[in-house]
Amino acid sequence: MTPRSPETPHELSFGHELPPEDSAAPSKGTIRVLQLYPRDMNIYGDWGNALVLAQRLRWHGYTPELLEYNVGDPFPADVDLIVGGGGQDSGQLVIQDDLLSRESTLKQLADDGTPMLVICGLYQLFGKFFKTRLGTVLPGIGILDVETHGTDERLIGNVTVTSPEFGSILGYENHSGQTTLGPGVEPLGTTAKGTGNNSTDGQEGARYRNIVASYLHGSLLPKNPALADFLIQTAVERKYGSFTPGTPDDSYAVLAREHAARRPR
Amino acid sequence: MLYFSVPLGKLVRRVSRLRGGGSALPGLVVEKIDPDFMRRTLSTLPLGVAVVSGTNGKTTTTKMVVELLESQGLKVFTNRTGSNFTRGVAAALLGEVDWRGRLDADVAVLELDEAHAVHFVNKVPPRYSLLLNVLRDQLDRFGEIDKTAELLQHIASKTTGTVVLNREDPRVARIAQTLDGPEVLYFGLDDSLLSTFPNDDEMRAAPGSPVPPAPARPAADVVLRRVGPDDADFEYDGATVTTPMLLRGVYNIFNAAAALTLARGVSGARGTGTDQAGLLTALAKVAPAFGRGESLVVDGLPLELVLVKNPSGFRLGLKSFPAAGYATMIAINDNYADGRDMSWLWDVEFDTLRDGGVDQLTGSRAYDMALRLQYDDVAIGAVDTEIAPALAAFIRGGEAKPKRIFCTYTAMLAIRRELSKITTVEVVS
Repeated sequence: MTPRSPETPHELSFGHELPPEDSAAPSKGTIRVLQLYPRDMNIYGDWGNALVLAQRLRWHGYTPELLEYNVGDPFPADVDLIVGGGGQDSGQLVIQDDLLSRESTLKQLADDGTPMLVICGLYQLFGKFFKTRLGTVLPGIGILDVETHGTDERLIGNVTVTSPEFGSILGYENHSGQTTLGPGVEPLGTTAKGTGNNSTDGQEGARYRNIVASYLHGSLLPKNPALADFLIQTAVERKYGSFTPGTPDDSYAVLAREHAARRPR
Repeated sequence: MLYFSVPLGKLVRRVSRLRGGGSALPGLVVEKIDPDFMRRTLSTLPLGVAVVSGTNGKTTTTKMVVELLESQGLKVFTNRTGSNFTRGVAAALLGEVDWRGRLDADVAVLELDEAHAVHFVNKVPPRYSLLLNVLRDQLDRFGEIDKTAELLQHIASKTTGTVVLNREDPRVARIAQTLDGPEVLYFGLDDSLLSTFPNDDEMRAAPGSPVPPAPARPAADVVLRRVGPDDADFEYDGATVTTPMLLRGVYNIFNAAAALTLARGVSGARGTGTDQAGLLTALAKVAPAFGRGESLVVDGLPLELVLVKNPSGFRLGLKSFPAAGYATMIAINDNYADGRDMSWLWDVEFDTLRDGGVDQLTGSRAYDMALRLQYDDVAIGAVDTEIAPALAAFIRGGEAKPKRIFCTYTAMLAIRRELSKITTVEVVS
């Protein structure tokens, strides 16, 4: 694949654009990254996660192709990596029916091992259901064995998670839904600072196959390059058999993590 | 008890000032011993109370409204100290009333934080309210922007006379449908300017794609038609007028349209008609409120401070102040008043800084900013989380060219403090 020339308009991007590609090196391959519902579920810097995946793919020598899926769109074929974000309650209502209509497609992709990152609102909707404070049950697509209950308590603040797979994960939570995990998923990690999934069990996020689900914004991937590279490596290995990493310069990420970890809750 | 509350409150205020204290304590004292003080005092004003609220631009807009009304010969009481909460209003009142509790003013114009405004209007229903915008800023405190819109709706519902709404902010304009008592006036934008004000929902409309045709919108009392480098066109009463402006930045000038709408409403209500020429002259002279985007001269070179509090504000700041020819610094703090969540930096595009790069980064989250710029391929000079040395290096180092600092609220306060230590600061506007 030849790298896209800087003049080529990027078809996706929704108000955000990738910086122009400047590498003259031949691409090791193309990875198609799909943003789920960027129009309605983008309230907390979710573009940051898509941007980090696209730029790191370049830094590893691959060509990112950013796609997006919004309510009513045809679902793109040959998707290698999926990223979806948080929204406020109104955004979740807008996408609810459309998401349910895509349940089998997304389940298939998940069970095939497609790497996915779902944050906050889409984490909840990837679960079995969201029960509001007033008792209304909003069905999810049930890919993740988790359930969420609306509460009056808003969990807000900086979070540090200890994860067996990814080391320490830094982020920021802001949610009033509280999620509990069933036996079909593993937690992403345990909280060293902050609350995470719910105010009782000290766990944060969920892992299932190659899905990473989390409440953490920040945005999550910029300060957690290990997580970003897991998604990238998995996508590349599934498509091309093996992954040859490049050498991204993560010195700002290291310093941003150090300073963020010292900030108050 | 009542007879002593005002003298006692004033006394506490004096003592608390001598001790260098803030404005809250005297307000608290009066609130405790005379809970009706604020309502009683403000209810004596012949033109009543006007409340200004919204996410962005409250301070500058309130300042504009005050100056516009003063140009009409009105005596205006306002909470100038920036104490935009109920207790701060009580404290500011204590400073203005005489020892018998009488306030010598025609009208009160009060800047109120959205959440505090709700408490305030429950105590003192305003005759006027001006609701500016609902942007993603204070999510840490209020949870969601729809919730912030509900707070503004409550302010509007308690307003007895006229509600002034931003026609171009869907969450604010929608409030009109919920009202059946007060008169509604809008301030608005020319279609050609709509794209400069993306709201949080439109922030991701595809770039380069034509702006969707504006849906039918209600007529606005004042419309901002054009923004020039140092002037602007406003349309009202069926005619368009051009006026020079000291204010810089499109968002400030849109707020000038908001202020003009409210001032026209209030001064018209006086029954003597409005002095339009006087209003325009006053508008032309309004300078930004403290720290909201100032032009200073430091060591003989211009230095601009641009306050950035949320993604749309930062985007507008980058758009309003082109980078070419300027040295640039960005100062990002994450104190409570700034917002602790750094996600918002990822909703801003920094491609306009790609050509010249950013010379200096500072603030408690300087490295979050560095990381953000790295992913937008923007070159970075130096990074230092400590503001004092970073500022000194930025001012004294590098080429002699005009400088611009984008900063969050508490970073701006720190920068102002440091500037006065290291150099003489001359305020231009």
